[in-house]
Amino acid sequence: MSQSTVQRPPRAVKDSAPAPKHARRRRKTKERPQQFRGLVSPHTLTTRRGKIVYWTVLTFVVTGFTLAFVFPLYWMVTGAMKSPDELVAVPPTFFPEELNFSVYAEAWDLLDLGTFLKNTLIYAAGAWFFTLTFDVAAAYALSKLRPAFGKVVLALVLSTLMIPPMVILLPAYLSVVELPIFGWNLLNTPWAIWLPAAANGFFIFLLKRFFDSIPRELLEAAQIDGASPMRILWSVVLPVSRPILGVVSILAVVNVWKDFVWPLLVLPDSEKMSISVGISSLSAQMPQNVLIAALVIASIPAILVFLVFQRSIMAGLTAGSLKG
Amino acid sequence: MTTLSAKDVRPPRQRPPGALRRAVSRNLTAYSFLSGALICFAFFSWIPMVREFILSFQKTNFVNSTEWVGLENFRTVLDDPAFLSAWVNTAIFTLLALVFGYVVPFVFAVVLNELRHAQGYLRLIVYLPVMLPPAVAVLLFKWFYDPGAGLFNQALGLVGIPPLSWLDSTTTALPSLVIVSTWMNLGTGTLIYLAALQSIPSELYEAAELDGAGLFKRVWHITIPQTRLILLVMLLLQIVATMQVFIEPFLLTGGGPENATVTVAYLMYQYAFSFGNFGGGGALGLMLMLVLIVFSAFYLRVSRDRT
Repeated sequence: MSQSTVQRPPRAVKDSAPAPKHARRRRKTKERPQQFRGLVSPHTLTTRRGKIVYWTVLTFVVTGFTLAFVFPLYWMVTGAMKSPDELVAVPPTFFPEELNFSVYAEAWDLLDLGTFLKNTLIYAAGAWFFTLTFDVAAAYALSKLRPAFGKVVLALVLSTLMIPPMVILLPAYLSVVELPIFGWNLLNTPWAIWLPAAANGFFIFLLKRFFDSIPRELLEAAQIDGASPMRILWSVVLPVSRPILGVVSILAVVNVWKDFVWPLLVLPDSEKMSISVGISSLSAQMPQNVLIAALVIASIPAILVFLVFQRSIMAGLTAGSLKG
Repeated sequence: MTTLSAKDVRPPRQRPPGALRRAVSRNLTAYSFLSGALICFAFFSWIPMVREFILSFQKTNFVNSTEWVGLENFRTVLDDPAFLSAWVNTAIFTLLALVFGYVVPFVFAVVLNELRHAQGYLRLIVYLPVMLPPAVAVLLFKWFYDPGAGLFNQALGLVGIPPLSWLDSTTTALPSLVIVSTWMNLGTGTLIYLAALQSIPSELYEAAELDGAGLFKRVWHITIPQTRLILLVMLLLQIVATMQVFIEPFLLTGGGPENATVTVAYLMYQYAFSFGNFGGGGALGLMLMLVLIVFSAFYLRVSRDRT
């Protein structure tokens, strides 16, 4: 167990709590306001001076954060609707002179955003499917079936976490151009996105650690009833693993959606490009307002996903950092 | 390593009859479950890891067969005037990104942790840029940096400061890249620190306060020591992440002006896809790998200590 440096997962900081414990912890932080105290004691906050300072800081922080993180997005949405003349006007206009939504339609047609969005959706959906299928199966095998050399395999899988993706970019690209052994060229095919996406040591680590926390008795009971490993995975393990499956699903989709350099290399055909690569490859030839409109359209799916799955996304992020 | 697995497969003589057959079938099942992931890892992680070494000693040509060239790729890369710039720029970028992207999220988290209002809203918006595709965020800032019509110069104009040339000057180009990079990444750090801060027991602060420790003393003697490990983990993670910087120079400056924003990853890309020299790119990739592995290994050690 202790022999190998890569034995212990690099992101060992991830909270290893199984689902129920995790939920409990979250609920506890929700009820925080009554007993919680940070640096400043609740008593200080009730004094007159404390109140003044607190509200000043609060106003300052809310204004500052809004300016830093929301205002650029406001500027983007409204900037798209300004005419090229209005865009360069000094001083700048805070509201566009007219709400010209047709620029979004123009961007949609000019940059062929429909195709790019459809491509990205296909890449993300396939990556999600292969990641879940392959990584769940692998984590289950490593955690519960315990094959011979299982620890070697785990160590090899976790060793990939030591190698940042950028440094093996070129040889990985060569694998896509000519798949070793088979000699297939995967350039411009969705496989070039789907299969590398499934080779994710971090997901296997997360899933395995979760599966490890499922009591053995549960599986043994099913085994005695004559269930096959496949059946146990499907009917026993997966239903209790919903929280971690949710986290991995969202991460898998977001990774593909945000990725830039890999699709830039393996999908050079403009018919096959993902939305990020597509927009940036056409950015130089577009009028400024049309380009900005395209950026707005490209951000909408990401922001929607965030608003809908906010809770799981943040849980996935912070679950990783709470003490283990 | 084999001794490890021998522990798992118990010696056959202790087994009841039929155990061997069951062990074989269990292994067959297990490896069929593993096969999909293992194939993906083999083609897109393990073979590339090995090939990275081979690549840098070869002349890879998609038309002719590849040939061994010894250290020639390294010589080519080392003779390139952009090589030194790339490493210096990457180092400066990483340092600046640490000054902003490492300290600022911690300060944000400490402040947010004290707020009893609007915390949900603030957490939400600080993470909003992280969700944007990086290409979108970078192209958005490219427009903000526009010398004439960009938001930044217009804002400077409103308060009477003369316009800056942002991406077009050798002195401001690299810091401009750092600003974009920080803007789109600091939400992650902020939320992670925030979670860590909330697990600090409040008794510590109470005790310190009774002892008469002021606000900054409490931060220095309680907040920071209590979050020491997560701070170290994030430091290493961030070094590894920012040293791979690619998209910012690729989309904003193309490495210019005068190589002021060439980074190692970008130069590697240029070698392979602009100069058609995969060997040179491979050599750069290998050097970057050797540097980053030091940080990754250290990170592994630290995160192992945490649990």
